[in-house]
Amino acid sequence: MEDMKDRTHLVVSAIKEGTVIDHIPANDLFRVITILGLNHVDNQITFGTNLESKKLGKKAIIKLSGVFFRNEDINRIALVAPQAKLNIIRDYKVVEKKVVEVPDEITRIVRCVNPKCITNNEEIQTRFTVVDKTNVSLKCAYCEKITEMDNIEII
Amino acid sequence: MKNRSLVSINDYSQEEYLRILDLAAEFEKQPVQDLLNGYVVATLFFEPSTRTRLSFESAINRLSGRVIGFSDSNTSSATKGETLRDTIKTVSNYCDLIVMRHPLEGSARFASEVSGVPVINAGDGANQHPSQTLLDLYSIRKTQGTLENLNIFLVGDLKYGRTVHSLLMAMSKFNTTFYFISPDELKMPNEYKLYLDNLGLNYYEFKEFTDIIDQADVVYMTRVQKERFSDPIEYEKTKNAYVLRNSMIENAKPGMKVLHPLPRVNEIHLDVDNSEKAYYFEQARNGVYTRQAIISSILGLK
Repeated sequence: MEDMKDRTHLVVSAIKEGTVIDHIPANDLFRVITILGLNHVDNQITFGTNLESKKLGKKAIIKLSGVFFRNEDINRIALVAPQAKLNIIRDYKVVEKKVVEVPDEITRIVRCVNPKCITNNEEIQTRFTVVDKTNVSLKCAYCEKITEMDNIEII
Repeated sequence: MKNRSLVSINDYSQEEYLRILDLAAEFEKQPVQDLLNGYVVATLFFEPSTRTRLSFESAINRLSGRVIGFSDSNTSSATKGETLRDTIKTVSNYCDLIVMRHPLEGSARFASEVSGVPVINAGDGANQHPSQTLLDLYSIRKTQGTLENLNIFLVGDLKYGRTVHSLLMAMSKFNTTFYFISPDELKMPNEYKLYLDNLGLNYYEFKEFTDIIDQADVVYMTRVQKERFSDPIEYEKTKNAYVLRNSMIENAKPGMKVLHPLPRVNEIHLDVDNSEKAYYFEQARNGVYTRQAIISSILGLK
């Protein structure tokens, strides 16, 4: 393997088995980490941020060794990183590429924008149906109010 | 509908609306029935609403059911800091059905998820009040003979008015043409107009309605509250345009009816009360029949 010769490069970039999440907006790296619960994972994880990107200006990248996501889990990051791309790595090779898709329903991770909503006043898991996937607008299953992309706050 | 909570007007299909209205018509013919003998219904009013509570309790009493509950949160355990979850889980052991009014939006949906018995939403903040909408539908069908192809005028506070929003959603299933009459500050929100656009339904917006009153089948009045205006001068200038007087409805269709969810403050002048077009007090009576229909159908007794 060629890049094995370059030791510094090896540590940062190559993983044998796992997932690389690319094209995360640099500002949203930590929200992505929270949404995926990576702060509670024991696997080896490498983050890079403020990397140059033609599409996003500055992007972030996450490399997870030995971690593979189910589609419904990875799609949760579509709220903050709709352009994110996944590379699935097996034996140092990219065996599959995936894009994220905004799911039909969002549970737990978003706070309802309505301060008078019961979910902001009592210990309740939030639940939304996605009424617009392009501009991301979420309808609360409880108060029926709409939370727009700009107001999305990750719990 | 058996054992299903009624939280939002959007929970029921068009067929289910009509089934409730047909049942309500039966109860109007025979309001006193023994259906709820042995049943206990809890009316949990975390904020006061005399009219709605009495209407529900009247409906339950006329069906020989028993009522337990409280009429404001000062007399409930909520003042001791109990969560809504715990109150509902506990009370659902004491009764067959819960009727709940709560100031927080979404509280009724949440209650229906944790309750062991069905929940009827009697108002959750500014969100939903489905029994009001069903009694409005009943009143409209009863006075007009149909729900189809009517011209409905919605007048007053169309921005914050929960009743007009729910009525719009429900009536949109019946090819209604809507006339929105309100001051600029209280116009119908865009999301509802978009909803009608998507259904291909017609609606018109006006600031006053004396010239077009002859188009109306139903004039649904709401209260324009002073607190809603950012500029008190603007309120003083506009308030009289949204007070209905008998002289304003002289040119209306003979069968036109004026509805109002009540309580009224001053938005319908007393001189309208004696008109044949005034229907708001009968509308309140229809509320009892409609609630009898909702309760007995949820308990599977009809």
